[in-house]
Amino acid sequence: MIELKDLHKSFDGIEVLKGISTSFEPGRTNLIIGASGGGKSVLMKCMVGLLQPTSGQILYDGRDFHKLDNKQIRDVRREIGMLFQGNALFDSYTVEENIEFPLKMFTDMTPAERHDRVNFCLEQVHLEGINLKYPAEISGGMKKRVGIGRAIALDIKYLFCDEPNSGLDPVTSRVIDELLQEITEEFQMTTVINTHDMKTVFDIGDHIIFIYEGNKWWEGKKSEVRLADNTELKAFINASYFE
Amino acid sequence: MLEMKNIGVGSLAIVAIIAVFQGAVTTLQIAYQLVSPLVANPVIGSIVSDSSMLELAPTITCLVLAGKVGSHIASEIGTMKVSEQIDALEIMGINSRAFVASPKIIAGVVMFPCLIIISIFLSNVGGIFAGYASGILTPDEFIQGARESFLPFNLAFSLIKAFVYAFIITSVSSYHGYKTEGGALEVGSSSTKAVVYSAVLILFSDYLLTQLLL
Repeated sequence: MIELKDLHKSFDGIEVLKGISTSFEPGRTNLIIGASGGGKSVLMKCMVGLLQPTSGQILYDGRDFHKLDNKQIRDVRREIGMLFQGNALFDSYTVEENIEFPLKMFTDMTPAERHDRVNFCLEQVHLEGINLKYPAEISGGMKKRVGIGRAIALDIKYLFCDEPNSGLDPVTSRVIDELLQEITEEFQMTTVINTHDMKTVFDIGDHIIFIYEGNKWWEGKKSEVRLADNTELKAFINASYFE
Repeated sequence: MLEMKNIGVGSLAIVAIIAVFQGAVTTLQIAYQLVSPLVANPVIGSIVSDSSMLELAPTITCLVLAGKVGSHIASEIGTMKVSEQIDALEIMGINSRAFVASPKIIAGVVMFPCLIIISIFLSNVGGIFAGYASGILTPDEFIQGARESFLPFNLAFSLIKAFVYAFIITSVSSYHGYKTEGGALEVGSSSTKAVVYSAVLILFSDYLLTQLLL
């Protein structure tokens, strides 16, 4: 479980996150939604340690991430997987080498064991047989799935996805959403997804928080979104439909 | 090993071309400036050989390599930065600075001195060829001059320069690549900065090393 307690983040005196508190439970797809520039990405970067919050706490199963020493931070980071908006696959590596990378860095697996693990991960993301392709040789949707494969290569407990559907067609988006939900339930991971895709919200949003101007404006389940009595959230949902 | 191949073997052709023409042109210019019956022909060989070793091979070659290797390193790391590959390494708990920059710096300081040795050799070959082709001096005279003036310290000085320049080029370029924020335009800008700063620092350190060691 990940808990956020009164999280603040400022850049040059401008407060981008204004005291966010919530918790993300394992085995559920937790969505962070909100308009661009609202603070979603900053929140996620603080959670994964790419940014240092100005104040507040981020607890990974009770461990205060920003108060741990370097070794403890490394240990927590090895339990984190992340799917980036632009995939962040290593261009000079093949699909197999990309997924194998964290295994090589952090495990004592033999090459044969690593190969088996890579094939297992590719199977999980329904991409068997593309081991030797380079990222430039596969489609955007496949890259996203390889990114998920790399994220789950180690036995992670927390999966973060930054706009996993951006740049994808509706059918592929659906495939990615289903895959994320499937993996979350199967491995009982704490999955946190940044998105402004309302289809994702209604399909897989077990727990949703709506960020507006750096504040947690609304929190609930997908079944409650439509019924929410919140002007900004309603405006956000309606704008998404008109898109 | 891959970085050594990229930096070392990948730069061999340009280093060879520069060295041969550098040696040839220097020979012709020195012959032009030393028109006197009192100056023996082997002197030309000794001047060309020494200037190749002390200045031309390390400095001119490294200035060119600052363009080739430096821009390559800065754009490679810059692209990794803007495409979130560096962030991916950080999230995995890997020290991205050390992981990305160290192999390039190590490859540079190992391969540049090798390239400079090749450059010195080819520069002399170019000098011998130009002297012979123009009828200014024979290969034997050139080699005699080069051998008479050879000091092992000059070679060591040349290698010290190569080592220092290699460190400057690879570290400055890695730094600028790593500092890239934005998109393709900023990658290009980082690449340009890497080359300019490397070249200026090479010239400063050239003066400093010459002042200190000669």
